Amino acid sequence: MTEQNIADLEKEKRKIKSVAKMKEIMTTYYIEAKTAAESGKKVAWITSGGPVEFLIAMDVIPVYPENHGAMIGASKMGVDLCEKAEEMGYSRDLCSYARADIAAAPINGGPIGGLPRPDFLVCCNNICGTVLKWYEVMARYFDVPLFILDTPFIHKEFSPAAKKYVIDQTYEYIAFLEAQTGKKMDYDRMHEVSRLAVEGLRLWQAVLDTAAHKPAPMTAFDAFFHLALIVTLRGTQTTVDYYRQLLAEMEQRIKDGIAMVPNEKYRLLWDNLPVWYRTKWLSEKFASHDACLVGDTYTSAWSGVMDLIDPDNFIESGAVAYSSVYINVSLDKMFDTLAALIRKYDVDGLVMHSNRSCKPYSFGQYDLQKMVMERLGIPTLMIEADMVDARSFSESQIETRIDAFMEKLKT
Amino acid sequence: MQLLEKLCQIAENPYAYAEKIKGDARTPIIGYFCSYAPEEVICAAGAVPFRIFGTRGDISLADAHLQSYCCSLARGGLEDALTGRLSFLDGTVFPHTCDSIQRLSDIWRLNGGFSFHSDIVLPVKLDTPSARTYMTAVLRDFRDELAAALKVPLTDDDLTSAVRTVNQIRKHLGDLYAAHSKTPGILSAKALHQVIKAAMVMDRKEAAADLAALLESLGLDNPPTVADSGRKRVILSGGICNHPDLYSLMEVAGADVVWDDLCTGTRYVEGLVGETGDPIAAIAERYMERMVCPAKHSDNTARGRNLVELARTHQAGGVIFLFLKFCDPHAFDYPYLKQFLDEAGIPSMVLEIEERLPPEGQMKTRIESFVEMI
Ligand code: SF4
Ligand code: SF4
Repeated sequence: MTEQNIADLEKEKRKIKSVAKMKEIMTTYYIEAKTAAESGKKVAWITSGGPVEFLIAMDVIPVYPENHGAMIGASKMGVDLCEKAEEMGYSRDLCSYARADIAAAPINGGPIGGLPRPDFLVCCNNICGTVLKWYEVMARYFDVPLFILDTPFIHKEFSPAAKKYVIDQTYEYIAFLEAQTGKKMDYDRMHEVSRLAVEGLRLWQAVLDTAAHKPAPMTAFDAFFHLALIVTLRGTQTTVDYYRQLLAEMEQRIKDGIAMVPNEKYRLLWDNLPVWYRTKWLSEKFASHDACLVGDTYTSAWSGVMDLIDPDNFIESGAVAYSSVYINVSLDKMFDTLAALIRKYDVDGLVMHSNRSCKPYSFGQYDLQKMVMERLGIPTLMIEADMVDARSFSESQIETRIDAFMEKLKT
Repeated sequence: MQLLEKLCQIAENPYAYAEKIKGDARTPIIGYFCSYAPEEVICAAGAVPFRIFGTRGDISLADAHLQSYCCSLARGGLEDALTGRLSFLDGTVFPHTCDSIQRLSDIWRLNGGFSFHSDIVLPVKLDTPSARTYMTAVLRDFRDELAAALKVPLTDDDLTSAVRTVNQIRKHLGDLYAAHSKTPGILSAKALHQVIKAAMVMDRKEAAADLAALLESLGLDNPPTVADSGRKRVILSGGICNHPDLYSLMEVAGADVVWDDLCTGTRYVEGLVGETGDPIAAIAERYMERMVCPAKHSDNTARGRNLVELARTHQAGGVIFLFLKFCDPHAFDYPYLKQFLDEAGIPSMVLEIEERLPPEGQMKTRIESFVEMI
């Protein structure tokens, strides 16, 4: 065998085989969503942090615009759509998921020719205030009803009044869905969906946990890709089955000693959203230094609160869980999570993406960075970029910074 | 017009004023950033609510905490906290509004070194009964927290009396606005802006008395009606304005700012708190009923309709949007507000500002050509 052949074989060995299945599920799902009108099903747009379980239980097809934003970014269509949004009057300083999605709607733009038209919108503001404004724009544009699940931010604690408020709204949400679909909520079905949701979350967390193994069978970049199901189709059997398969594959890789980064020597944690149009470049860049991004704060945000969920009392426990997700809490609480991840994955450094688009995720990073360095003695690297708008990515600058950081780690 | 001069001076240099009242009696001073801070409660606790408008200085210390893509209000406020320019504050309250303020609150609490810090995690949607219940509960918690921190009883009577004082301020300011709209020039737009700013930082009893006296001295009981002066009438819409010179620039360009839709303007003045019954519920009620700020949700087209109506009521020929760069809530509303204005045939333009105004020449040209067009 030639050297080239060996290299190809090695590469093939490292590929995650489940990816094909994941692509198939997503394709089927998007086809179903886009042909919903023909099958008489309702379509709802919902935010990534929103309680999708209720939609699943009511047979509504959930569509997830942030995923759309990510796809636009990954297919490098972000700059064009962001510029279109700016022509529509949306400032360049706004979240690029929102900009790209808003601009795609009237022209059916983006890699899948636009998202299917929503019958109604569900916005949960546990991730940011941006989604509120974004969904208001969409509600005006499509002229459809908007339900807002308002989850008070947790600076210190989740007050009893806040808990009651979110629970009250959960009942309002159910009533809203009943009105929109013209049918009653089937609570047995809801219970089953809740059970599946929690099971899916556990499996997803287990998948992420496999990266704690040295060497890691997968990286944060793989986690970014496999995340879509736990967000959109949480609460379905498909998701449970898929993550079970993925988990088995990861466990097998550990047994077979297959590492995602060939000579993993340095283990790093990623903070903030991915740089969608540059995931490949970044992963290769880090791999060239024998560094593996083994975990991140973003993909574990969904499973981070699963222990708060009681499937037998989903409505009440879910209200608390939804309000407690990673970026709906104060910096001190974020630091606790960050520190736990740093310990769990036993990393040598933290890479922070200061993401122009996502203010609630990025503001406070400087303080977190300082806490991580001072309290945990872990070196950190800050990269300035944007998750979708490639105009805010300076390759040479970032390359220099990564190289310098890695040199420091190596000494 | 000694009184007017006094108020303008306070607006020009609010920190000096704060140092003065602090020095006299160690009066507690509580800082805040936004018109959703329940100043009635702060007054009732015997403290002075002090609005922070950003900084006049350069931003350097805040750079270690907030990225360059954060608005100048949050960055500037933090700068003044870190440099000690706000050291007269006993504490700060952060009502929940935008993502930036929400993170600023954490950074402020961790680095600001003030003894009192409170987050009033208000609801974001303001159009449902459960949100109203929650709003009331949050304000009640704040009352208890503040009373405990300042070691005061903070009774319902204290609250009702504070509500009356703040209502008076709102009424007086409303009268000033109305008179100014009717007869621009009775008080320059810049002076009006300074007066309202002063009211947001002053001891509120003093402010109420000064405003009453000012109104009287202006003899506004029967103001002359608008003579067709040939001057253009415009409305400002946006968040916070910390640049009094803008008003002068417009005046020179031949336009009077006859009304506004600003956080540091009518959003502060609008609506009175009920003076009977449970005062906390009444304060919550005002927030639920008032025209919504873009960081909050209510009727999805209310702001658009309101802006068109304001322009019509005040016979404004155009609207100037005044936005702080990096302010998400306002930037998201802009295209739709503009569309509403376009459909009503009302021209508009945007001025995006950072800590400092763009070079005067550039601003002047833009404003002049807009004023000419309307
Ligand atoms: S990227 Fe950040 S600002 Fe944009 S929708 Fe997501 S959480 Fe909100
Ligand atoms: S609402 Fe806008 S101006 Fe005000 S703090 Fe938030 S981002 Fe800054």
